[in-house]
Amino acid sequence: MPASTAAVALRRIGRATLNSVERLGFAARFSVAVLVHSPSALRRLRLTLREIYFSGVLSLVIILVSGLFVGMVLALQGYDVLTRYGANESLGVLVALSLVRELGPVVAGLLFASRAGSAITAEIGLMKTTEQLSAMEMMAVDPLARVVAPRFFGGILSMPLLAALFSTLGIFGAYLVGVRLIGIDAGSFWGNMQAAVDFRYDIVNGIIKSVVFGIAVSLIAVFEGYNARPTAEGVSTATTRTVVASSLSILALDFVLTVFMFRGLGV
Amino acid sequence: MNRSTLDLWVGIFVTVGIGAILFLSLKVGNLLTVSNDQGYRLEAEFDNIGGLKLRAPVKAAGVVVGRVERVKLDPRTYQAVVMMKIDRGYEFSKDTIASILTSGLLGEVYIGLDSGGDAKMLADGDKITKTQSAIVLEKLIGQFMFDRAASAGGTAAGSGNAAPAAATTGGAK
Repeated sequence: MPASTAAVALRRIGRATLNSVERLGFAARFSVAVLVHSPSALRRLRLTLREIYFSGVLSLVIILVSGLFVGMVLALQGYDVLTRYGANESLGVLVALSLVRELGPVVAGLLFASRAGSAITAEIGLMKTTEQLSAMEMMAVDPLARVVAPRFFGGILSMPLLAALFSTLGIFGAYLVGVRLIGIDAGSFWGNMQAAVDFRYDIVNGIIKSVVFGIAVSLIAVFEGYNARPTAEGVSTATTRTVVASSLSILALDFVLTVFMFRGLGV
Repeated sequence: MNRSTLDLWVGIFVTVGIGAILFLSLKVGNLLTVSNDQGYRLEAEFDNIGGLKLRAPVKAAGVVVGRVERVKLDPRTYQAVVMMKIDRGYEFSKDTIASILTSGLLGEVYIGLDSGGDAKMLADGDKITKTQSAIVLEKLIGQFMFDRAASAGGTAAGSGNAAPAAATTGGAK
């Protein structure tokens, strides 16, 4: 007697659940292993520098250009709305707070995930497919220390710098549009901004956010690469998963962090 | 790519990135002028603080001299106790009046300090005794309506309605 369709479906659900739980367990074990090997990333400073070059320096162009455009668009849209309330002078406040608190870390994180995270996954995945990782193990070189940890730390170190650059360029873009193009008084643009932006509450919290996003994206990227099926298709699936998972986790983490950081502030 | 070029690029990246953080802290966050965490604390009790928020400015003659640090309700007197931190270098006399003001009709709520003539100065932890509460627009309008009703009732009816209406107005004041 053939198994009924219900039994087949049940079996499929069970297998999927078991797989995902097993994957979660492996991810947790992997995270701990990467953290344990983190001192070796500092000892192999040259490798980490190389990864900062690949994930940070090569992401500069996309980060700078998008920061500039985001700032300019914010200035145009913000001016349009603020004029209705006669509060043009607050344009600097609007742009600076939205960039430093939210847009800087989040958009820079999303760009970083798609520009650098996917590259890290593809590189590690391909190393696994071509058995370079196994070859390293044969030569008694731990691939976690030699390949994974430097990439992880390169990402963590690059991310806050990229987010800060994004915000800076955004504010500069808003200055160009608001002060130079529309003609808001430069003194009130900077003055109101300086009065409203707080170092501890706004800038430090923004930097904390970008560090957390850097950790999340780098960890997801190295994990997906290390865990990729060793086929061409497997590498491509892993790359896609990296971008999707890290974008989602950036947005979810941002909500959680914002709840903790900016709740009872009375603002 | 050879080593020194790579190092150079990473160096440029890190320098520019730290420069951006410095720009955000100094130019945007204005860390240079507001950074002095030193200062002393003053306390003031108000009947009503209106829309006063944490970190609202404390101004004297329009100049920001401090920030509101904490707001709580005194459970015995049902008055709002406002803790504010005044920058070091500014001193106010013992008979300073603290009032809750609004800049413009819809602007931010702040505390205004008007220094008096007393030679003794307020020190850390002192309480400002002379305070003036926030003006709540709804109460003002309510008072105005009662006044109008009372005066209209007084001229028209004479006895019946006038006495309780006058009593209410008196209570509201």
